[in-house]
Amino acid sequence: MDSSQFFGIASIAYILAMVSYIAYLVFRNGTIGIIATTITAAGLASQTIAFILRGIEFHGIGQMGFMRAIPLTNLYESLVFFVWCLIGGYLIIEWKYKSRSFGAFITPIAGMALAFIDISGMDKSIHPLIPALQSNWLLAHVTMSFIAYATFAISFATAIMYLAVTTDKKDASYSFWTITLGVFLAILIGMGIDFLVFRVAESSPEAFIKSHLFKATFRNSSGFIAALSYAAAAGFIFIVWKYGSALKRIITSFSIEPDLLDDLTYKNIAIGFPIFTLGGLIFGAIWADQAWGRYWSWDPKETWSLITWFVYAFYLHARFLRGWRGANIAMVAVVGFISTIFTYLGVNLLLSGLHSYGGQ
Amino acid sequence: MSNEKQNMSFVDRIWSFFSSITLAIVVFTVISLTSIVGTILEQGAAPERNIKLLTKFFGESSPTVYRILDTLGFTNMFHSWWFIALLFIFAANIIVCSLDRLPKIWKLTKEPIKPLTPEQFAVMPIKREATLKDKPDKARESVEAAMKKAGFALAAHQDENGMQLYAEKGRYSRLGVYVTHLSILLIFIGALIGVFFGFNASLNLLEGTASDVAYRGSAEKTVPLGFTIRCDDFNVSFYDNTDTPKAFNSWLTVIENGREVLKKQIDVNNPLKYKGITFYQSSYGFSPSRDSLFVFNLTSPTGRTESVSLKFGGTFSIPGTAVTGRIVDFSPALGQDPSGRLFTYAEMMNNPAVFVELSEGGKVKYNQWILKRYPQTWRLPDGIVEFVDLWGAQYTGLQVRRDPGVWIVYLGCLVMAIGLYASFFMSHSRVWVRLREEKGATKAIFAASTNKNRLSFEQKIDRAIKSL
Repeated sequence: MDSSQFFGIASIAYILAMVSYIAYLVFRNGTIGIIATTITAAGLASQTIAFILRGIEFHGIGQMGFMRAIPLTNLYESLVFFVWCLIGGYLIIEWKYKSRSFGAFITPIAGMALAFIDISGMDKSIHPLIPALQSNWLLAHVTMSFIAYATFAISFATAIMYLAVTTDKKDASYSFWTITLGVFLAILIGMGIDFLVFRVAESSPEAFIKSHLFKATFRNSSGFIAALSYAAAAGFIFIVWKYGSALKRIITSFSIEPDLLDDLTYKNIAIGFPIFTLGGLIFGAIWADQAWGRYWSWDPKETWSLITWFVYAFYLHARFLRGWRGANIAMVAVVGFISTIFTYLGVNLLLSGLHSYGGQ
Repeated sequence: MSNEKQNMSFVDRIWSFFSSITLAIVVFTVISLTSIVGTILEQGAAPERNIKLLTKFFGESSPTVYRILDTLGFTNMFHSWWFIALLFIFAANIIVCSLDRLPKIWKLTKEPIKPLTPEQFAVMPIKREATLKDKPDKARESVEAAMKKAGFALAAHQDENGMQLYAEKGRYSRLGVYVTHLSILLIFIGALIGVFFGFNASLNLLEGTASDVAYRGSAEKTVPLGFTIRCDDFNVSFYDNTDTPKAFNSWLTVIENGREVLKKQIDVNNPLKYKGITFYQSSYGFSPSRDSLFVFNLTSPTGRTESVSLKFGGTFSIPGTAVTGRIVDFSPALGQDPSGRLFTYAEMMNNPAVFVELSEGGKVKYNQWILKRYPQTWRLPDGIVEFVDLWGAQYTGLQVRRDPGVWIVYLGCLVMAIGLYASFFMSHSRVWVRLREEKGATKAIFAASTNKNRLSFEQKIDRAIKSL
C-alpha cells in the first residue's frame, strides 16, 4: 500500500469521526463517544503511516538525504500536516480534560481542510525540492508554523463555542460569530460548486484559484448568476444568524462551562504564540537570511504573518493589561484565526510573493 | 481626573501618552491595517500593474485612486516616512510601557519569599490540608521530600505559631515579558544598523568575468566592494526528466591586490563571506551576448559525426549532405507540453533552444526548434543536430550584502525566545506549609499562589500531598 491509500483511510476516518462526535453531542451516548475517539485515533495512526510512507516516496524521487525528504514542501503536504497537528492536539485536550464535546467542533475544521484539498483540485503529486527549499531550517520553520496554526485553529473553535454559549441575538458579538461562521461555510460551498461545475485538476492550486475560483458563483460571467449567488450567500448567512442559538442550546445541554472554553482559548494561544514567533517568524527570517540574504523583506507572506502576530499580541495584552474577558476577547481570537488562514492560504492563492511553496 | 490631567507637566503627559496600553493597541491596529494595503498593492512596481489591479475594485476611477495612494506612499509604504514613524512610535511605546511597569515588578522579583503571618496565610488563593501520622520532625522530612519532587527546596522558620516551611520557584519569570520587549528593541536596533551601515545590492556575473563593484536598485548605483570577485564557472543541474532545477552553484574567487585570496563553490543556502560582505546565490540567467557560442554535434545519416561552434546567425552543414542550417532564433527556456506544443516557461536559461532554418541549394527546406534538454528534438530528416552547450551566455545572479546589524538581530531573536519561554512556559509559584502537632499526629496546612497556569499548579500540589 502507498501513502495515498493510508491517507485516504485517514480522510474517511476523520469524516466518520466528525459524524460520530456530532452524534455523540446530540444523543449523549457514551458508547458513541468511545467509538468517535477510537475512529479519530485510528485516523491519526493511519495518517502517521501515510506521512512516513510519503517521506520514503519523496526520498526516492528527491535524490537527496532523508532529512531533506520530510514531506512538508507544498500546499497539499502542509495542509495534511496541519490536519495531523490539529487532530493530535485535539486528542491531547480530550485526554487531559476528559471531555469529548469539543470533538464536534474541531473535527469539522479537519474535515473542511480535507474537503478544501479535494475541492480546490490541489496537486498531490510529489515534486523534488528546488534549491531554496533545500535547507535544514525548512523542517523547523514549517513544522513549528503548523503546530502553531493547529493551536490557533483549536482556539478558534473554542472561541466560537464560547461566543455561541454566552451571546444573545441582541448582542453585536452574536452577529459577529454567526456571520463569520456563515461566511466560512458560504465560501466553502461556493468552492464546492466550482468543483462540481468545472471538475478540473489544474497543475497548481494557484492556477485553479486564478482561473476558476468562484467562477461558477460569485464571479460568474453572467451578472444574473453572480447576483443570485450573492443573494443565496446572504440568505444562507441570514439562516446561520437566525438559528445560531440552536448551537447554544446544544453546548449548554452538554454543560460545558464558558470559563473552560475561555481558558482553553487562552491556553492554546499561549502555547501557539511563542511557537509561531519562534518557528514562523524567527526561523523563517534566519532561513531567508541564509538563502536570499534578507531576513526580512516585507514580502506579503512575511507581512501577513506579522499582522497575525500583532493580532495575537493584541489578544494577550488586552487580556493581561486591560483585563478583557468574555465576548470581546473571544472575538479577537476569532479575528486571529481569520488572519492565520489568510497568512497561510490567502497570501499564496491571491497575492504574489516568494512563498508560492516552490511551485515555480 | 481632568484636574489631575491639567496639573500634569508636559513631560508627564508625553510619558503617559506613550505608556498607555491604548496607544499600543492603536499602534498594533494601525500597523496591521495599513500593512494589509501594502500586501495587496504590489510594492515598488510599475504604475500600470497596480492600476490594473485597482480597476477590479474601482473601475474607471482607478488612475485617480492610484494617484492618491501613490501620494500617500502606499506604493512603497514599508519605506515611507509615516510607516517608519509608526514603527518608532511602537518602539517608544514598548520602552515607556516597560519602564513604567518595571520598577514595581523588579521590586517583586528582588524580594525573596518570607514566612507568612497567620492573617496572610488565611487569604492565600490555594489552600490544602493533610494529616500525617508521624511526629512533626518525621513529618517535616516527608513533606520536604514530596515538595522536592515537585521542584521546591523548602526553607524552615520557627516562631510562636509553630513550624513553617516555604519555597518559591520561577521568581525571575516575571521579567519574561520585559525580556521579550527588550528583544523587539534589539531587533529594531539591529535593523537600523543594517540600514545605515550596510547595503543590499546585486551582481550578475557572466562566467569567466570579474567585478569589483555591485549594483544597488534599478539605477546604475554602484557599491565598491574593496576587492574583486570573479565567477570561474556556473552550473545548474536538473532533476531527471524534469525542468525543475535541482541545484545551482557558482565557483567564485576573491582577488585582492592581484592575488587570489579565497576560492569557494557557493550554492543556494550556502553563501560566500569575505570581509563582512556576503555573496548569496540568488538566481541565474541568460545574457544575450554577441560572443556566445552554440556548440553542436552534427551526425550524418550514415553516422559520421563532427563538432561545430557557432555564433548567433551562423551556418553549419550536416556532414555528407548538401543541407545547411542557420541559427535564426533563440529561447532561454523552451519546453514541450504533453501534446508536444512548445512554450517558454522562464526567463532563466532552464532549457536553451535554438530555431534553425535548414536549406538545400539555397532554398529553405524546413525549420525546427532544437531544445538542449530534449534529445527527441535533435532528429532532423537529414541527420542529427545534437545541441551540446551554449558557452559564455550564462551568468550567475548574486545577492551582495553587508549587514553589520544582523548579529544584533540574531541576538534579539535569541533573547526573544528566552523571553517568550519565561513568559508563557514558566510561572512564579510559591508554597508555604505549616506543621502543627495534633494528638500525636501532625497536621500540615498548605498555602500556595502562582501567577500563571493555576490549574496545573494545583494538580501538582495535590499530587505532592497525595504522595505523603
